[in-house]
Amino acid sequence: MKPETVAVLGSYQSNFKTHVDEKTYVEQAQIAAAGALRDAGMTPEDIDALVFAQAPTHFMGVADADRWALDHVFGAGKPVFRIHTGGATGGSAVQAAYSLVRSKLFRSVMVVGAERMAETPDAQEVLNLIFDAFYERDMPLSTNTTVGLWTTCYLQRFGLTQEDLARIAVRARRNAMSNPHAHLKGEITVADVMASKVIAYPLKLFDICPRSSGSAAMIVGSMAMAKRFATRPAFINGSASVTDTYWIGDRLTPSAKLRFVDLGPAAPAARACYARAGISDPAKQIQVAEIYDAYTVMYPVQLEQMGFCAEGEALRLDKDGFWDMDGAVAVNPSGGTLCTNPIAVTGLVRAIDAANQVMGKAAAMQVSRVRNAVSTAVGGIAQFFNCTVFGAEPA
Amino acid sequence: MSQTVDYEVTLRYSYALGEVAGRFMQGLREGRILATRCSKSGLTYLPPRAYCERSFERCDGWVEAGSEGVIEASTIVVRGFEGKRKPPVAIAFVRLDGIDSAIANYVDGLDLSDYEAAMKRLAPGKRVRVVFAAEREGRITDFSFVCLE
Repeated sequence: MKPETVAVLGSYQSNFKTHVDEKTYVEQAQIAAAGALRDAGMTPEDIDALVFAQAPTHFMGVADADRWALDHVFGAGKPVFRIHTGGATGGSAVQAAYSLVRSKLFRSVMVVGAERMAETPDAQEVLNLIFDAFYERDMPLSTNTTVGLWTTCYLQRFGLTQEDLARIAVRARRNAMSNPHAHLKGEITVADVMASKVIAYPLKLFDICPRSSGSAAMIVGSMAMAKRFATRPAFINGSASVTDTYWIGDRLTPSAKLRFVDLGPAAPAARACYARAGISDPAKQIQVAEIYDAYTVMYPVQLEQMGFCAEGEALRLDKDGFWDMDGAVAVNPSGGTLCTNPIAVTGLVRAIDAANQVMGKAAAMQVSRVRNAVSTAVGGIAQFFNCTVFGAEPA
Repeated sequence: MSQTVDYEVTLRYSYALGEVAGRFMQGLREGRILATRCSKSGLTYLPPRAYCERSFERCDGWVEAGSEGVIEASTIVVRGFEGKRKPPVAIAFVRLDGIDSAIANYVDGLDLSDYEAAMKRLAPGKRVRVVFAAEREGRITDFSFVCLE
């Protein structure tokens, strides 16, 4: 049996900010679900199943809040699956929905989720809880500090500087000025990044994403549903995920299978994704990349490991404008994750922004003549990686 | 006007160590860092594992790690955490001699008033020595690293 062609039929994303005082978590999820249905011209009856994107719930202090949200996203009476791979949740959720349609089990699936990051002032302490209780948690390990470790390794390995990374933050905030949904935006300078306070050396505040709250949803469906509901769909031509060992210390030494500094799962996932999508030369065939760059170092590492350039070259090419809006590949026209990071739906927002580029719906962020766009998501201290290729035509 | 309902949650946990971590922690009390080894893959693990994650066979031996090792990754944590050491603190993943994986701990004895100078001493590739606390409680913080150079 030939697998089903999978299309993006509609989507929604809220504006993102630190606090969402005017809505509860479930109301945030609801406006996303309703917004995606409206965008696709669909009703809840047209949705066969839901994938709920939900990362750690300690940030908002309601455990397993998918239960609370189920009815609000029109899920009662339908199969609902919660997906949780940390920061990669949104990407994994898109892959799950894609798989459910591709396998012909369902005609249409809605991916929906919401995030509230700022209900607690103790976010880094919450993130410290994801570390092993016996060997690691007595140390100040968190996403920030482990990326400090990563950044030390990457800069030393390729002889790069903190200023090379600072330029990534500058471009991200500038691109985000065209994105009505972005959390942080505006003109900053390399000097501003360098002067921002040190969090975990060499990582500074402006190398780090904000804590964002908001919601998003995407509806994917079969070719028959695309003919019924979409005039210009984007097709999900490939989606792949690879995970790696929990142990950071295993990924740092010569015996490592996949290396921490390389974001080990990125290269094998990209290869699998490209093979399905018919991509052999990503820098030539892909016009837009919406990559999950919660930290500046994640930007060059992914471009390199996903085959857009050689290892150690991404920041040098950046100087020549390679990743600008009018460069060889437009990287993060949205401003990316450095400007907006609502953990549970960040990967989903990356996917929506990539699909919108293919569908010609990216408004002020639109890049011209986009045939293929790729989105990524990273979670669990570089342990989870997902990438998805959206095309204007089915692969 | 923004209205809130405030809540403070206190949860207490008592984590059972199990046999493997239990033996490791007992080793720390004795001033030794104990690793497990898999004869099939030839890999020696810190933190110790019950099963080799490469061969998927049971780790069938214990070995004592060397008292020196090499830094694989390092950072100076400047923004602090509730209930942990007061910042700034240096931490590193270190591959101890004779071991295939790296284990994390604090790096002590560094002047952290100048981050850049401290990071030069802490850079990946630099060698460190294990130092045990005088009073040990069977916890990972029973030891830390100091720079050799």
